[in-house]
Amino acid sequence: MSTAIEIRSAPHIKAPRTVEQIMRNVVGSLLPVCVFFVYQYGISALASLLFVTASCLLTERVVVKTGTQSGSLSDWSAVITGLLLALTLPPGYPLWMGCVAGVVAIALGKALFGGIGFNVFNPALVGRAFVQAAFPVAIASYTPSFLPGRFSSFIPSTLAWPMMVPPDTTAWLQGMQIDGLSGATPLAKWKFDGLMVMPQDLLSSLAGHMAVGPSPLLILACGAYLAMRRFMDWRIPAAILGSAGLTAWILYGMDPVRYPNPFFMMFSGGLMLGAIYMATDMATSPVTPRGMWVYGALIGLLTVVIRYYSGLPEGVMYAILIGNAATPLIERITQPTPFGKTGLLRPKRGASYPLHPEYISREEANAVTPKKRLLKNKPKP
Amino acid sequence: MKFLNFLRGETFARGIHPPQNKHTAHTPIRRLPFAPHLIVPLSQHIGKAPRPIVHVGQEVVRGQPIAKGEDWLSVPHHAPATGVVTAIELRPSARGPWTESIVIRPHAGATQEDLWGTPRDTQAMNAAEILQAVWDSGLVGLGGAAFPTHAKLMVPKQAKVHTLVVNGCECEPYLTCDHRVMLEKAPELILGMQLAMRATGAVRGIVGVEDNKPDAVTAIQAVITAGKIDNIFVEAVPTKYPQGSEKMLLMALFGVEIPSGALPVSLGMVMNNVGTLAALGQLLPAGQGLTERVVTIAGPGVSRPGDYRVPLGTPISFVLEWAGAQTLHNKGTPNACQLVLGGPMMGQSVASIETPITKGVSGILVFHPEDMADRDDRSTFPCIKCGECVESCPMGLNPSALGMLAAKREYDLMGQRYHLGDCFECGCCTYMCPSNIPLVQQFRIAKQVLREKASAL
Repeated sequence: MSTAIEIRSAPHIKAPRTVEQIMRNVVGSLLPVCVFFVYQYGISALASLLFVTASCLLTERVVVKTGTQSGSLSDWSAVITGLLLALTLPPGYPLWMGCVAGVVAIALGKALFGGIGFNVFNPALVGRAFVQAAFPVAIASYTPSFLPGRFSSFIPSTLAWPMMVPPDTTAWLQGMQIDGLSGATPLAKWKFDGLMVMPQDLLSSLAGHMAVGPSPLLILACGAYLAMRRFMDWRIPAAILGSAGLTAWILYGMDPVRYPNPFFMMFSGGLMLGAIYMATDMATSPVTPRGMWVYGALIGLLTVVIRYYSGLPEGVMYAILIGNAATPLIERITQPTPFGKTGLLRPKRGASYPLHPEYISREEANAVTPKKRLLKNKPKP
Repeated sequence: MKFLNFLRGETFARGIHPPQNKHTAHTPIRRLPFAPHLIVPLSQHIGKAPRPIVHVGQEVVRGQPIAKGEDWLSVPHHAPATGVVTAIELRPSARGPWTESIVIRPHAGATQEDLWGTPRDTQAMNAAEILQAVWDSGLVGLGGAAFPTHAKLMVPKQAKVHTLVVNGCECEPYLTCDHRVMLEKAPELILGMQLAMRATGAVRGIVGVEDNKPDAVTAIQAVITAGKIDNIFVEAVPTKYPQGSEKMLLMALFGVEIPSGALPVSLGMVMNNVGTLAALGQLLPAGQGLTERVVTIAGPGVSRPGDYRVPLGTPISFVLEWAGAQTLHNKGTPNACQLVLGGPMMGQSVASIETPITKGVSGILVFHPEDMADRDDRSTFPCIKCGECVESCPMGLNPSALGMLAAKREYDLMGQRYHLGDCFECGCCTYMCPSNIPLVQQFRIAKQVLREKASAL
């Protein structure tokens, strides 16, 4: 009988989940955030998103083509890096600097370590850290959101020529004749001027002309979608926000004048974007469930400490990079305990049957008929 | 939902939910005719192969012992059909190597009624007699492991057994043979449980059934109620793979962890498969030997899937022909296919369709390359550390780290620091892995290497 029989090793079935599917869903969940970003800042933000993502994809293509890396453009991971990187940059950031950030993110942040899955640091943050060090002035100059004419003209600094100092946007802003404009983020205003923005204004990012990123509420909603479909681990954002909120709350309780309230801490700056999209980068965060809690708690704590006690207004980026660096160590000390080695010999609460029947032998005196204690798992009709 | 289960303390932690595909659950068990030749391999279970006690040319009657156990762990075989022994020679086995087998040609028109054996009064038998009778019946675990049943029911001297747990989970997709047995053979199952409880000294018996088989629970409960049996219970546990594993089911029922390396008997439990005990309850009163078993024949490549009562030794080719896997026989265009003995998660591929059905085969699944396309056409990525494997490993291991170590051939480290020895190869990690890394396959190699190293010392 001529039959070709193929031999494979079990398991013979496979869940439909793929790397591409995970990455595609992350990109999909980022799109509303990106659209809102463009709505806030107009065509400058759109150009920034496109240029940075394109530079990431181009670099990825070159690196994959030279044969040093596994993976390909179709795995969508470079798109995530590009979009996230653009979202962390000011909307009026010169495009050429954005492209530098994108190239560095992929080349230094990812390719150097061996490509997808091997990177130690979140590539988008590596790119941002590089340009923060290289062009500190440009990255600190924010423009307010919802400016008139944002869909018809670029923010002047966007179109700066390569290797040129971008024009100062202050004069351009003053020409707008709008009250209360400022080129500083709420965090910088609090840090350097002692001015506070109301947390409820921060929550939606819709109030007035603030120099803020995408709405924390929108990011939370997108993150909830990812967590529900299990494309992201809910533990990491929960740990980061919990630990940052708790630390800020303790400090606020100690000295409410000096420290801002914890809601301001949680909803300002890049904490929400960082907690939900940056810190949860799979390759750079621990795989062990306990490790995720430790990792998140570390990032939350470091964020608040950097924001309060360092010279920088924002600390999410460095906190996540330090967390990334600590990941192998965290994993090492938080390996899961295998089944049967937890030393748990007492039955868990809520078990269907007692471990020992109430009698050992039916012939014993006063033998009672065993009763099932809990009828919990009734068969479904 | 997983999170809620954890809070409610239901069933075991982690695990996966593969698509059930139990399409044959509502078809009654059908009987298969005799194949032109039945091949009974001598080695069908753990332990030493029994010794043939028939010679070539001898006439045998269905149910007649044809091989005799050599030592404690080897069980006798019985003739699956009335006919003539045509050969005792090497034949291909499911595991690959050719093994010594007894080939029987059934007589034309031979009946499938068991003619051998004298009925016994099981009520009068004591524990030792039951054990001896189980041994004589040639019964092994019908769930797949094929461990001799009498050895399992034999309680070590220092241990005391109080509970007999019966495993009716059948957590593997596609397989429905245990389900059908519970529906159709519930009285035999209860009788088998009572005999096994007498043999072990257990005072209660619990049947654990996954809650995707509510009709089986009802059927067993009806027998318990009708017989006013007060020490046998049936429990529906939430469906999750790999609940059919001994440790997982005990966790689901009693909320206890069997310590690593220990057997359930250390907690006073003995566990058996429903199919085994149903066969026990049928064979012991009749004084017969095991000559047939229920096999699920399913998979996308079968046109008449179902549960069949198959005489042991029937070649797979005959079974497949009967079940309508016709693509196999299109002489013009030989269709490539994959045959799996057992379930899709832990079953093994067979290399030859002349392999016979043995006592441990619970199912035959037929897949075609197009059914496997979603698995085969996928490229393998490096581990992206998504943690899906850690979230699904029922044993609480870290398959991600194990996989990376396996790729570097750091087998010793895997065994020492990452608890490779606790892996029971359920395949959850490989099933879930989005990077398509063959994790459990690498672990099998690693375990084999470690075993060889240990035996070399």
